[in-house]
Formats: sequence, structure tokens, C-alpha cells
Amino acid sequence: MNDHANPAIPAAPAAAAPISKSRPLYLRHARAVRIMHWINVVALTLMLMSGLQIFNAHPALYWGDSSYSGRPAWLEIGAKENAQGNPVGYLRVLGHEFTTTGTLGVSSDDGQTYMQGFPSWLTVPSHQWLAMARSWHFFFAWIFLINGLCYVAYTIASRHLARDLVPTRDDVRGIGASIVDHLRFRHPTGEAAKRYNVLQKFAYLFVIFVLLPLIVLMGLGMSPRLDTLFGGWVGWFGGRQTVRSIHFIVAWTLVAFVLIHVFEVIVTGFWNNLRSMITGRYRVPQEDDHE
Amino acid sequence: MNDLDRGGRRRFLGRIAASVGALGVAGCDRLSQTEWFPKVLGSAEVLNGHVAKLVTGRKAMAQEFTPADLSPTFRSNGTADPNNPQYAALAANHFNDYALEVSGLVAKPRRFTLAELRALPSRTQITRHDCVEGWSAIGKWQGAKLSAILDDVRPTTAARYVVFHCADPMEQDGTSPYYESIDMDDAYHVQTILAYALNDQPLPIKNGAPIRLRVERQLGYKHAKYVMRLELVDSFAHIGDGKGGYWEDQGYQWYAGV
Repeated sequence: MNDHANPAIPAAPAAAAPISKSRPLYLRHARAVRIMHWINVVALTLMLMSGLQIFNAHPALYWGDSSYSGRPAWLEIGAKENAQGNPVGYLRVLGHEFTTTGTLGVSSDDGQTYMQGFPSWLTVPSHQWLAMARSWHFFFAWIFLINGLCYVAYTIASRHLARDLVPTRDDVRGIGASIVDHLRFRHPTGEAAKRYNVLQKFAYLFVIFVLLPLIVLMGLGMSPRLDTLFGGWVGWFGGRQTVRSIHFIVAWTLVAFVLIHVFEVIVTGFWNNLRSMITGRYRVPQEDDHE
Repeated sequence: MNDLDRGGRRRFLGRIAASVGALGVAGCDRLSQTEWFPKVLGSAEVLNGHVAKLVTGRKAMAQEFTPADLSPTFRSNGTADPNNPQYAALAANHFNDYALEVSGLVAKPRRFTLAELRALPSRTQITRHDCVEGWSAIGKWQGAKLSAILDDVRPTTAARYVVFHCADPMEQDGTSPYYESIDMDDAYHVQTILAYALNDQPLPIKNGAPIRLRVERQLGYKHAKYVMRLELVDSFAHIGDGKGGYWEDQGYQWYAGV
């Protein structure tokens, strides 16, 4: 079908859309879930970007308690001069060095060259300003935390968790077939499209109950005052620098999840999916659809 | 009909996406420059401090380590050698002429020579120094308990903070001396010491000789180096830009436990 809006036709109010008989729109996402989803998008985006600015204050990661243990950083972003005296950006990971001028270590903005870990277009604030980045990060951390707790309470109370997210026995049995379907970009239609598929369920549960709590815990672990609990609980996770490393790794794992999530949103019908997360209405794809 | 609806809705959604993108980084930068928005953001950091103190309790102890954990060299950050002629003169004579002045809201203002500080009840601790930038280093510190100094000078009931005035100027022209402040809970905490030794050696100049503050439950910028004078106050509004510390005046949080 035609995915491009015709600018000559004036916009009609979205909510008054008549529901076509042959193509039933059905309420896929409850209003509470839609609101919390978009709050989460804003909070996680700003936490990622301010987090990268915080990382830029010391763009290196270590294992253990200390950064100065005699062992080198396992990941480091930096800048050095080449033979011509020009700055060269590099990324060093586990002993392998990559030249990353333009993106990592050395990047430009408005014709000016900056030596900073992640580039200005990826960070909040865009140029080195640790105090402000911390303010952004902690503010949206509270928004994220409160929103996340509300979400978990809602999913349990409304039975969204038990009904829609926990895989059934049939789901688990069909996991092999679901993997094959995903790899072939074959997506469920009709009744099956109304439910989350098994890989989707596992992915959401893993993000909601493993990755997000873990990144919060690792964030708390960087606070020297909170480390006073249990005589230094951060040691259970390998020490403060390990905790900082895990925080960073989980952040990028979440970015990977979002990329896959958005990819699936696009290939299974971008506008239909997006509408379902804004107005709640989802048109169930049929066998003969080409979207 | 339906196509018209879809077209309208798509255009609407497209506009939302475009405005969100335009807001993006530039919008965040503009908000960061306003007077009011950083205050809104900062409220969360104040909340951080309250919650962290509430969860852990007033007397909670910072994690301590073993000699095996010590960093081979303890990193110097910020000032490595104060650009201050009076300090240079003290350093030239191995701080034999140094005396820590304690004044402000105390019953008995006085000065402590290095020998007097060394004679006070002391504590030795191997702790992790966490910089706000993200790095950590582990060092062994020995110093006079700040509580012992306070017991001697007897703060009045009006005293709410201890201010640490330092010898290192933060401006090229020798102005804007470093300073910091902590509340009485941290001042009387067992691990809060005025350190005169690092890793069993006299405190090196790059790490804050002759004495520096160790306030182990907070980030590195609270650990004032080159401490020359303690002042007990009920408010730090009259010092520097009034935020309680050099970095606080640049926008960092006064409570640095998170």
C-alpha cells in the first residue's frame, strides 16, 4: 500500500478514523503502557547521551577496584598526534587499536576539531561539561526509575505480565520455528499477530527484569556513599571499576536491543506499529498483506 | 477516506518525529544554558544525597582495602604544585613553619603545628579514592582525626560546616584559592582525617602536602589538598561564590557522595 502522505489532502483527525470492516483495528497497547513506553524512550535516550558525556571525562574502562592497578585499561578512547602533527583519534579494546578520527577521540563540529571521547552529536551537553552531564543523568535516572517501578507494578496488577509477556509452553516448544521465521523475516499474521512471539517475549523479559535492573544497580555502585552498605557490596561485583565497566556494557547492550527492536518495528509495518504505540490501535496484518 | 486518514496521521507522526529530532542535542544545550532548567535538574542530585544518607546511615563506614590492593603510584589530579609564594616558602623549609589555623565558630581558636597534628589521635586506612571523572585509585592514608581537632577547639552549637581553606590558587594569576566544606556528620566521622602520610611516606606535594582532607564517603573533589585553615561556619554564603567549594561554584554538587 501507499506509505506516503499526499500533501494536497488535509489531515483528518486521527481519533475519528472509521474502522474498516475487512481490516479490524484492535487495541494492542493499553494507554498506561503507551505513556510509560514513551517516557522510557525519552529518559533512556537522555541518560545514554549524558552518560557518554560523563564517560568522556575519563574515557577508559578497567576491571577491579582501581584504575591504577598496574594493569592497563581494557577499553580506552583517546587522541594522539601523527607524524604531521595532526590529531588522530583511536579506540583501544583488549589490546587492539583502531583509528577512529572523526568519530571517537577526535571529531569535529561546526568546522572545529574537538578532542573528546564520544562526538558532540552523541552527547548531552554536546561539549565537555561534566557537572551538567551529571545533572541530566541523575534527573532522568529518577524519572526512569519511578517510571520503571510503575511499569512493573502495572504489568503485574493488570496481568499484562502473566497474560502477554510470560512465554507459554507452546511458545517455548515453538522457539526453533520462531528463530527460523525471524531469520527469514516471516512475520505472524491474523490471530498470531495479536500476541508477542516467543523471541519477543524473552527479549522484553530479559530487558525489563535483567538488563534494566542491572544497569541501575551498577549505577548505584559508583556512589562512594552507597558502597558503604554491607561493608562494600561493590566488591561482590568485582569492584568499582568493574561496576563502571558493566554499566557501560549494559548501556550498549540496551542500544543493541533498541536497534533490533526498531528494525523489527520497521520490517513488520512501521506505521502500523508506531500507531499502535501512540493511539493503541493496531491493524492485524493478514496473509495477503505486503507490508 | 481511510487513505486520507492514514495520510493525515502519518504526516502528524512525521512532524512529531521531526520536532523531536530538531529539539535533540541543540535543544538540550540551550536548556543547559538557561537559568531555570539546571535548577530543575539539580533537584534530583539533592534528592540523591538525601536518599544515599538515609539508606546508609550517618555512621556507615567506607570500604577499606588491603596492602595488596594499593595503586603502584597514587595519581595526582588538579593542582600538582601550588602557584603560591607563601606555600613555596613553607615547602622550601619542609613545612617546619607550617601551622594549621582553626577559627570561626569555636570556643578556642588555635593553631596546630605539624608536630602537634602528628601527636593527635590518628587513624590509618587503605581506601579507594573515587574521582568524579570516573577513575579510582587506592592509597594508604595516615592522619589526625578531624574529630580530635574539633574536640580540642570545641565548635559552638551554631557551627554547621567545616570549611577547608587551601593554599592552591585555581586561577593563573594566583587568585581563587581552592576550598571545600563538609557537614558535622562527615566532620566527626571515624574515617575523616587530615592526612599527613600517604603509603607510609610523608604526603608528597603532588598529593597535597603537608596535609589534605580524607572524607572517604565522598568523591575526590571534596578531599581538599594543601589545607591551611579550618573555619567553622553556620553558612558558606560569604565564601567564594557561596556554594561551599571551588567545584561547587562551577556547578558541581555540594554533596559528593553520589
